[in-house]
Amino acid sequence: MTLRKFSRKLFLFLLTIPVLLFIFGPLIWLFSASLSTQVELFAIPPHWIPQHPTLQNYLEIIFPGLAASSVPRTFGLSLLNSLKIASAETVICLVVGGLAAYALARLRFKGNRAIQIGILGTRMIPEVSLIIPLFVVASSLQLINKPAVLVITYLSFALPYAIWMMIAFFQTVPIELEDAARIDGCGRLGILFRVVMPISVPGLISTGMFTFLVAWDEFFYALIFTSTLAAKTIPVAISEFIGRYVVNINGMMAGGILAALPPVLLGLIFQRYIVRGMTAGAVKG
Amino acid sequence: MFLPQGKNTAYHFTLMATKTLPLPRPRLRLTLQQQDRRIAWLLVAPSLLIILGITLYPIVSTLILSLFNAPTGINQVRTFVGLGNYLAMLQDQVFWETIGRTLYFTVASVGLEMVLGLAIAQLIHAHPWGWQFLRISLIVPWAVPTIVNGAMWRWIYNGNFGALNGIMMQLGLIKHYIPWLTIPDLAMPLIILADVWHMMPFVALVLQAALATLPEELDEAAAVDGANPLQRFWFIRLPMLRPAILVVLIVRTVDAFRVFDIAYIITNGGPAFKTVTITYLTYLNTFSYGKQGTGAALYFLISIFTLAMAFIFIRFLYRPEETQV
Repeated sequence: MTLRKFSRKLFLFLLTIPVLLFIFGPLIWLFSASLSTQVELFAIPPHWIPQHPTLQNYLEIIFPGLAASSVPRTFGLSLLNSLKIASAETVICLVVGGLAAYALARLRFKGNRAIQIGILGTRMIPEVSLIIPLFVVASSLQLINKPAVLVITYLSFALPYAIWMMIAFFQTVPIELEDAARIDGCGRLGILFRVVMPISVPGLISTGMFTFLVAWDEFFYALIFTSTLAAKTIPVAISEFIGRYVVNINGMMAGGILAALPPVLLGLIFQRYIVRGMTAGAVKG
Repeated sequence: MFLPQGKNTAYHFTLMATKTLPLPRPRLRLTLQQQDRRIAWLLVAPSLLIILGITLYPIVSTLILSLFNAPTGINQVRTFVGLGNYLAMLQDQVFWETIGRTLYFTVASVGLEMVLGLAIAQLIHAHPWGWQFLRISLIVPWAVPTIVNGAMWRWIYNGNFGALNGIMMQLGLIKHYIPWLTIPDLAMPLIILADVWHMMPFVALVLQAALATLPEELDEAAAVDGANPLQRFWFIRLPMLRPAILVVLIVRTVDAFRVFDIAYIITNGGPAFKTVTITYLTYLNTFSYGKQGTGAALYFLISIFTLAMAFIFIRFLYRPEETQV
């Protein structure tokens, strides 16, 4: 029996190996490429582990001036833009969306259900369908190439998503706690800020993480709404490494690692919250 | 002045007036529910205004635009064409080919993601050695930005120096390097593989979390009754997972049908249009061909398709009594 159990364990363990290879293989190759010189990148057969690893690719895109062309030179700016935009997005979604989510989760009023369905319905809207009118308005307000325009347009998908997630989290707060606070003389807003919010901190972290990641990941709006190198976000900057005639592979690989690092680290650190957020957004939805 | 001075003046007047005028409406405290209603609107208003402003307004405006022939550029005249843009699209072979390609991408990538995701969720649920590590690892591909994912696979598939060629060569499967992405029938499957790498972890993580909440008793009881693992999976776990599967399926399908980024970065729609998806076609019409009206009509056709798909899934898989997971 124990032998059977052992062989079963071994069999399952052996199954995990191809999965892990599939997950990490491409990433290891990306990382290895980011440390390679151009000569090694173009080696046949490929140098799986660079023989002369170098940080040159990273230095070129982190310290402007070292690089020859304009795309890698403005990479740092793009990183900063993305950071600013994603952070602003997160704060707005948590604050503005949090208030709405609480009302929708707990207060009875006419139209509550209709609003909730409407918010869920926005999930079905393709983001491309908003782009022409938004572009017209943005250019008449002279917002093109400003980070603000991306913060605003990202709200179109991030805010409904954040509200939807937070509704799910707020609904799990025991209503008895709210009743108790009410008897103790707490008003609605008091309940929200002193009872519901503190209990929902894990849920708020999940929501914040998701908002940040979605904003960090967004490509389409950023592609359309930014045209100057200084205004670009990270995904656009990476796509710019593919030029009309040449592809700057070194820059793209190092840039890719740098762009992936913040979300991956956040994801790993807040692993529990991520899964919770996925299931709140997905399973309860 | 003969009137009594002081704070109570108004009060006295009111008292004096009671004989002839109806009583002023007494200021009752609002009931809790009334208070809630007011606060609710106050809390919802900012979000609602934002969402209406940046989604509803553009949608209506796009809808109107889709009824016009609207070339891009200064001094271009818009002419009303009614449903002309829609009809032209529906008669256009390119449109139907693109829809077909997009469905191909959607069915293949979501199908693979669901099957692999469910399998990996099961694997984690069986708790082999290192299952926690496997679960954490799944976060990584999911967290990698879509564009980075695309750039990575583009380099892997590279015809002159890519890793795919390298591996196949070293394993002796090919004799010389092959420019994978230029082979028309291969470009789309390669994009699908890249998408599966990126999104399969999401499916696996959600389904694994759902699996963990299922009661074990039924499974054990069935085992005692002599059901083999396959039967237990098919007749017990799968039905209980249905709500989670439904939601993941809808979310993934709707997203996959609108795929753009990954095709844009890996192949630029090539070779020979073989990876142009419906969103890509919309993008091309709007920003490259200067046909905004056609683009706008396409947006609505996409929306109709996604809504229809969501509806079909809900119709076939949704059981109201199972909504709680």
